[in-house]
This record gives sequence, structure tokens and C-alpha cells, in this order.
Amino acid sequence: MIDNNNNFKKIMMASAVSAALALTSTTAFSAKHPVTGDELAADQSYTYRLLDGIPTIDPQLVEGVESSVVVRDLFEGLLNQDDLGNNIPGVAKSYDLSDDKKTYTFHLRKSNWSNGDPVTANDFVYAWRRAVDPATASPYSWYMEMMAIKNGAAIIKEGMDPKELGVKAVDDYTFEVTLDAPLPYFPGMVTHTTTFPSHQATVEKFGKDWTRPENIVGNGAYVLTEWTLKEKNVRERNTKYWNNDKTILDKVTALVINDENQALIRFKAGDIDKTEIPAGQYPSMKKSNPTEAFSFPRLCNYYYTFNLSDSGPEAFKDVRVRKALSYALDRNVIVKNVLKGGQFPAYTFTPAATAGFTVPEVPYAAWTQKERDAKAKELLAQAGYGKDKPLKFDMLYNTDEAHKKVATVISQMWKQKLGVNAVLANQEWKTFLETRKKQNFELARGAWCGDYNEASTFLDLMTTQAGYNHGKWVNTEVDTLMSDAKTSETPNKNYTRVEQLMADEMPVIPVYHYTGIYMIKDTLKGWPIKNVQQTIYSRTFYKAAK
Amino acid sequence: MFSFIIRRSFSSIPTILILILISFALMRLAPGSPFSTDRGLPPEVLANLEAKYGLNLPWFEQLYTYLKGILFNFDFGPSFKYKDRSVNDILAQGFPVTLTYGIWSFIVAVAVGIPLGIAAAVKHNTKLDYAAVGFSIGAQVLPNFVMAPILVIIFTLWLNWLPGGGWNGGQWQYLIMPIIALSTSYMASIARITRSSMLEVLHSNFIRTARAKGLPYRSIILRHALKPAMMPVVSYLGPAFVYMITGSVIIDIYFSTGGMGQFFVDAALNRDYSLLMGVTIVFGVMTILFNTLVDITYAWLDPKIRL
Amino acid sequence: MLVSKKKVAQIVENADQQVIQGRSQWQDAMTRFKANKASLASVFILFLMVAVAFLGPYLNEWDYETIDWALTGNAAEMGAPSIANGHYFGSDDLGRDLYSRVMQGTQISLMVGLIGTIVAVVVGVLYGAVSGYFGGRIDNLMMRFVDILMSIPYMFILIILFVMFGRSVYLLFIGLGLFSWMDMARIVRGQTLTLKHKEFIEAAVAAGVSDFTIIVRHIVPNLIGIVVVYTSLMIPNLILLESFISFLGLGIQEPLTSWGALISDGAKTIQYGTLWQLLFPLGFFVTGLFCFFFIGDGLRDAFDPKDR
Repeated sequence: MIDNNNNFKKIMMASAVSAALALTSTTAFSAKHPVTGDELAADQSYTYRLLDGIPTIDPQLVEGVESSVVVRDLFEGLLNQDDLGNNIPGVAKSYDLSDDKKTYTFHLRKSNWSNGDPVTANDFVYAWRRAVDPATASPYSWYMEMMAIKNGAAIIKEGMDPKELGVKAVDDYTFEVTLDAPLPYFPGMVTHTTTFPSHQATVEKFGKDWTRPENIVGNGAYVLTEWTLKEKNVRERNTKYWNNDKTILDKVTALVINDENQALIRFKAGDIDKTEIPAGQYPSMKKSNPTEAFSFPRLCNYYYTFNLSDSGPEAFKDVRVRKALSYALDRNVIVKNVLKGGQFPAYTFTPAATAGFTVPEVPYAAWTQKERDAKAKELLAQAGYGKDKPLKFDMLYNTDEAHKKVATVISQMWKQKLGVNAVLANQEWKTFLETRKKQNFELARGAWCGDYNEASTFLDLMTTQAGYNHGKWVNTEVDTLMSDAKTSETPNKNYTRVEQLMADEMPVIPVYHYTGIYMIKDTLKGWPIKNVQQTIYSRTFYKAAK
Repeated sequence: MFSFIIRRSFSSIPTILILILISFALMRLAPGSPFSTDRGLPPEVLANLEAKYGLNLPWFEQLYTYLKGILFNFDFGPSFKYKDRSVNDILAQGFPVTLTYGIWSFIVAVAVGIPLGIAAAVKHNTKLDYAAVGFSIGAQVLPNFVMAPILVIIFTLWLNWLPGGGWNGGQWQYLIMPIIALSTSYMASIARITRSSMLEVLHSNFIRTARAKGLPYRSIILRHALKPAMMPVVSYLGPAFVYMITGSVIIDIYFSTGGMGQFFVDAALNRDYSLLMGVTIVFGVMTILFNTLVDITYAWLDPKIRL
Repeated sequence: MLVSKKKVAQIVENADQQVIQGRSQWQDAMTRFKANKASLASVFILFLMVAVAFLGPYLNEWDYETIDWALTGNAAEMGAPSIANGHYFGSDDLGRDLYSRVMQGTQISLMVGLIGTIVAVVVGVLYGAVSGYFGGRIDNLMMRFVDILMSIPYMFILIILFVMFGRSVYLLFIGLGLFSWMDMARIVRGQTLTLKHKEFIEAAVAAGVSDFTIIVRHIVPNLIGIVVVYTSLMIPNLILLESFISFLGLGIQEPLTSWGALISDGAKTIQYGTLWQLLFPLGFFVTGLFCFFFIGDGLRDAFDPKDR
């Protein structure tokens, strides 16, 4: 009896001590950030604003930037990106490339799914086959096609058996991919969510319901704990994640707040840690919250495209008219007075932020606006438009506050400077897409965000065959230059030439290059503002103590 | 009354069927497809998607499959946009939300609006009447897209009393602002209709006679005037209740409730055919149901009306 | 029976004629309306508003679309109402003159309110009265049709109209008209159901007065109270609905504007210190609604047959 009692006491003592130890050790751990040395906040949760409900978080079906952020938290692919956009190991510790540059062999680390199952090469085989399988009908299967995996295109287009896809699990931890042709940027492509693994047993057991919080099995740093459509999406720490020790943030919450102004009120009220700043409000936010307002370059452009096809207006077939309109558009006013978010006035199609791309010199970029205006008037007069024959056309954009502002200002510039009557016409999104696709417009808004960080992602749009070439500009020299660039050692030369051709012919009017404009709470650290593609991994953030 | 309900139930079946047919035709006629995106999908990918959702079939076959699903399995099909969910899932999430804040808004609007209208009519051309009229016009002038941000600025940003949005399973703190924003304009309308209808009844001969007989005013109003005065109010309440419980897109947008109102508008904008059809059917059933209730109430208010 | 029926018919006829031969109904109503000071004042203010909306723009050097580049993007700092720079109501975010924009928006919104109201009242009242008066199968059929129209995804109708006919202001009015009359029809039908059991209607029926005459001469005048009040409730909704239709691309396009568009723009910027962008259009909206209310009230009193 006595012994027993003593034992009991001992156990009590021991557990009390260990509890105390645990307490001190966690506080000690959470006190300082291992790298930056910032003092960490006790509550490591991060809440941000989502514009709209997440349509799907199935890695193979996912599309859209915001959904991909969620998927990157819940799943992990072969490779990840660091905060500069470089590839770093993910599930794959390393990879080898064969001598013919057509076979990649990825060596996977030992890691687990959130239910404890090991993550193996078979999971990748399953996921990649699933992505190309017509039965899955992934809207991103074209991406798999772009990866040039052996038989990929045949499966998607001709209904070949998905099992024929050129992927193989050599053993549980070796994943081999065979390509049709060498593709130097292939490793970067596996950071994309479509290539992330999915857990076969779960997918097959629950069907489309497998992504619900109660069913989902992932291999990312977080697990999904709550997901109400158009309300919120909550992710919490996955203790089975291989790099869990390095994760500081415990909880990530995405709140759907449709209205951007409402979102800013919620930010000011302290409800959310990150939101977008509405057009035109950046300077005043920067003034009131200097350390929380951020503006950084993005890989996106914004332009207006002339309809140069047969259905387009006669006036636009005259390059002088196109140039006059482009010259008279004062981009500095758009950028500095309307949007005010540190955007860059655009005279070329490709943003300067694009890796390895130097903005070529196009003559009109260097002129003053006065010179441009003078030249515009001269050109328009030469083309035969003036008071007795005024130029009039429709200017199409999709319904949106910022687009409306930009279009209104542009049309007034033309009216006041050139006497041109640009009639504004907005359409709701899907009607707009249809109208533009069918060349049923005169001048239409366009914008493009780079799929990858290289100039061809933009300039390819100007080739005759490109689906996004809505203005149907045809220039065979551009076609040749762009196809040569794919194999060229010095593709930048080609890109420069294409940009110069565009400045000469002015098939589109570049307006500005995007910036990301965010409010980010002082206490939230680690936002990769230097990653122009904004590949976000919540696990790299942390909350500093105030 | 029982036979009336039976008859009405039968007549509602073809009504819903016609509603489905017209909506189906409208959706197919509208430009754009659920899968049209800014960048545009390659044709083969589009073909796979259309095959998966049955859009490659002739329209009558699509319609047949759809109707069969509803009739035999009560299955409204998969959502085209929210690929992880069926329309049933989305309705099961959204409808209880709008039902909750809708019913509360209705209760508030009726509980305040009708007494206010009666009081204004009884005290016609007094300060109380002017205040009621002023309030009801004021409430209409502040449409809910103006009121919602003002409420959030006051109660969340300045006072920090209420959460600025979200639903959280319908906790009361999350309900207050949506209810205020939704009910105010209905409250105003109910008060105005009640006031005008009451005034009219009070001026009518039978009330004058009753007053001449020396009956107490209070009992005249409650016993004799109230019922006939309620006729137009009830007519208004039918559709108003449907609008309230099927949600308001503005309320859903500003308070992030995850309710049906937003799904209705978004499904149309996204061309999410099946979701839109699901919401439309719910809307249609509710409209028929509440208009039937209104008709039954008519018979109760005025026994001369035969059902 | 036959005799008495004839007699009643005669009396009814005579009664009608008497009214016409005596003071005309119209004159009578006008006299009553003029006696109502609030209504008269409202008519005056509304006239003033229309006059200002059309003449006001001439009193200002800035028109509704020209941008004052000095103010573009500096609305919060420099765009406040000022006599000195000629922007009496201040400027919007792009530097356009809010005074001229409010004037121009007033023109559009009053027009929208007027036309929407006419459609709703004419269609809604007739439809509702016919449905309620005939009752039975006709009523059931007509009301189920309203049920369908109430639940149809109306945005698609608008989008399809737009695709078929292109953008025009007429489409906007059609769009507004399409959605404004159903609630009115239901309310009118409800009232008609009780009205048709009233003695004077039963008398008219017994007298063999034609259905059409009964509806137009006896039922509709007795509906005026509810029609007026519901119309004055509907107008603000119509005016705001316009901005939603414009959102889909059908209605008013920039640089043209309307009360709905101005108020919604103003509401978006309330937190950014440009409150005048909300208050001026809202002020006009409020004034307009008060006028509509009092005019409606006066009209009801003037035309209500019960008050004679």
C-alpha cells in the first residue's frame, strides 16, 4: 500500500514536472523566430480575405489563383518554390535528368498522408493519370499536355488509355517521367497544383465528396477543418506533415468577403490580416498605415485590343489611327491618378518584372506626353479623321469598378485631345467573353497574367494561332520569331524584335503592368513580395508579437 | 379548404414544369457556357468537360435526364462551377441560412411594421403619423447596399460590438446586422401599406356607423377595422416573405452569410445551369406555397371570398 | 325580376350620368387635390427638380462627362464641394463634376421612375383586376402565370434581350416594366376578390353591366388607395433596379449616370472621406421620394370614391 502510494505520488510529481517543462519548452520555442529572431505571437493564426467562394480544392480539378493557395496548403507536390520563385525540394528530395534530357527521375522523401499512409510514387502516378483522364475532365488537362509527357496529348485528345501516360513508379520512392521532347522548364512546372498527388483510396471511396473536411486526406502542412461555401475555409496544422517542426502558423482562415471596400473595413476592424486595396486607395492607405500597405510588381499586363479581323471597323485597319489612339493615351494619369497602386505605365506588352527580360526601347516610350499628343493629332489628321469626319467606335469592357474607371478616363482623353468619340460599353463577364471571342467588338479590354516567368508567356499571344489573339493580328514575322525563340539560345533578341514590331504596328494598346496591392498586418511576416507569380505557402508565414 | 389545397397542389405541378422548361430554354439561349473562361479552353478539354456534364447530348435528352433525376432521386445534379458539390449540397447549405435570417427579418418587419402602420392611421395627421411616414421613406432611401456598410462601420469598426460578417452556424451576433439590413425596407413598406389601408377602412361607412353607435374606438379598430384592412398587407406579405427567405444577394455579399441569394445571382453570372435551376425551383415552390397561403388567409379575412 | 333588373340598370346608368353631368370627376378631384397643401408643395418641388435637372447644367461650366484633370484621383483632398473651382457639389473620383452628374442622373432616374410606374400600374392593375374579378379557372391560370414569372431567373431574360436587340434605353424600360407589375397584380387581385362581393358591384352585375365596364368603372376606381401606396413604394425600387440592369450591360452606360449608380458609387467610398459623393445624390433621391409620397397621398384623397 505504502509503496503504491509513493508510486502514485511519484507519477503525479513526474507528470507535473513534465507538464511544466512542456509549457516552458513550448513558450521557449514560440518566443523567437529561428531565422529572423522576431518575437512570436502566442496566437499563431492567420485570417485573410477571399473574393469569392473556392470552387474546388481537388488538386486535379483546381483552377484559379485563390483555390491554388488553398491546395498548396493541403497538398504538396514534387517541388516547391521559395519566396523568390526558385524551385526547392518538396516531396522530392532531388531529381536526375537523363542524357537525352527526356527522362526525369524524382527521388521522394519518406513522408505521410494526414491519415498516416505513406506518400509514395504511386500516389503521383495515380494523380497524373487522373489529371489527363478524360473522365476526370480536368479544365487544366491542357497544362499536362504542355508538360509534353509521353502519350499525354493522345490520352486527352484521342482517348488513349490513361495507363499509357509516360509516368512510372520505379519503386515506392522513385518516380519517373518520360517526355516526348526535352523541356528545360519542366521542373518548374511540377510546382503547379495540377501535378500534386491525391490519395487514391479516399478519392475512390467518397467520389466528389472526398474533399470535404470530414473525408479529405492530404499531404500538406495543413488539414482542412471547415469549409462553408462562400463563407469560409479553415485549415489547421497537420502534425503528420514531414516538415511540421518548421511550421509556425497553426491556423489559416479564409473569409469570403465579396465587396473589396467592405473587406477593407473588416481589415481596419482587425478581423482579417490581409486584403486587397481597392483601386485608387493605395496612397491614402500607405499614409495612414505605412508599414501595412504593400505594392509590388506582378506578372500581368492590361491592354486594349483593336479588332483587326474582317468584322472590325475600317478605321482600325489604318496603323496611323491605332498609333494615334495609343499615343494620346496618357498612361501616367491612369497609373498615378486613377489606379494609384504603383502600377507601371506600359509601352510594351511584356512586363519589366518578367525574369531575364529587358524592356526593349520603343520610340514612343521615351517621348514626353506632349510630344505623343502632338504626334497623335498629326497621325489622326493624316488618316483623314477630324472635325468633319469624326472617329467613333465602341469600347468594350467587362463590368467592374476599376475597368469602368480606366475606360472612362481613356475615352475622355481621346475626346478631349483628339475629338474621338469612344462609346463605352460594358457587358457582364460571360457575355463579354463570348462577344470578344467572336470578334464582335471594335476595341476591347484584355489582360494576361503569365503562366510561367518568361517573356514568351506574353508574346505567344500575338502569334496568328493564339486563342487569346482576339484582335486577330497577323504578322508572319512574329510567328517565326516566336517559334524560333523556343529553341534559341538567345530568345531575348527575338522578344525584343517582336516588341518593336508591336510598337510599329500597334495591334494592341498596352496600358499598364499590374502590381499586387495588399494590406498586410504588421504582425504577419513572411509574405513573398518578391515572388512575381505570388506562389503562396501559408506555412512560410508567422505572426510576430506586437 | 381541404379540397382547395388538393386542387392547388395539382395545379402547381404543371406550373413548376413550365417554370423548368422556360428556365431551361433561357439558359441554353444565353450567351456563354459554364466553361467559358478568360483564357479559353482548348477544344478537346472543352469536349471532355461537356461530355462529363452531359452537355454534348441533345437538349431533350438533357432535360429528360434532369427531370428524371429530380423525380426519382430528388437529385438536382452536380454544380458546374463548384465541382466538389452537388446542387443538393449547396441548397442544403444555403437555404437554412437564408431561411433563418429571412424568417427573423419577416418577424421583425411584421411585428414593427403593422403596429406602426395602425398607429399612424389611427393618429392620422399627428406627429406620430409624420414620424412613421418619415421613418418609412427614410428606410427606403437607405437601400441595403448603403445601409450594410454603414452598419458595419458603426457596429464593427467603431463600437466593436458585432462581428462584421460571416455566419458561424447562425449564432445571434452574426444575425443582427443582416436582419436589420434586410428587414428595414420591408418594415417600411408594411407600415405604409397598413397605414393607407387602415385609413381607407376607417373612412368607410360601416366604421362610421359603428362609431355613430358609440362603440369604443379601440374595439372598433381591433374587431371591425383590422381584418378588412389586412387584405392588401397580406397580399404584399406573400411575395415579400418569399423574397426574404430566399435571401438577398446584397445581404449575402456584404455579410458573407453563404446564403442562397448570392447563389442565385452568381449561378446566373457563372452559367452554372444546374445550380441556377435548383435555386429557381426552390424559388418557384416557395412562391406557389406562399401565394397559396395568402389565398387561404384571404378566405379567413373575408369569409365571402370562396377558395 | 326582369323589370327590377332593368330598373336597377337604369339607376346605375343615371347615377353615372349624374356624376358626369354635375361636376366632372376630374374637376372634382382637382379641387380636392388643390386643397391638399403638402401635395401641392410636392408638385411644385418636383417641377422645380425637373427644371433644375434640365436647366441646371447650363448654370455650370462643367458638363457631366468632362474630366477636370486637376482633380483626377485627388477627390478626397481637392474634390470637395466648392464655389471657387466651379464644382458646386464637388467631384467624383475621376474628377468629373458631381453637380452636373446629379442633374443628368436626375433626368434618367425620373424618367425610369415614370415609365416603370406607368407600365406597372397599367399592366398590373388591369391584370390583377381581371384575374380577381373573373375568379375561378381564369384566376387560377392567370395567377400561376404570375407565379412563374416571379420565379424565373430574370437575369437571363435581360441578358438574352441584350444579345438579341443590343444596347438601348428602350430595353432598359422594357426590362424594368417586365419586373414591376407582378407584385402589383397580386395585390390588386387580392383587393378585387373582396371588392367583387360588395353590394355596389353585385348590383352592377345584377343590372347586366358589361364585365369590362364594371372592372374599369367600378373596381379600378376603388383600388386607387392601395395602387397609389404600392406605387410610391415601388418607385424607389425601380430607380435602384435600373443600376442593376445597367450592371448587366443593358441600361445606362458611362459616362451617363443615374441616381442608383451615383448612390452606389457614393456608398462604396463612404470610408474614404468623400461623403459628398453619397449625400448629394441621396439628397435628391430623398426629396424625390417625399414628393412622390405626398403627391400619391393627395391623388388618393382626391380620387378615392369612398370619400365623396
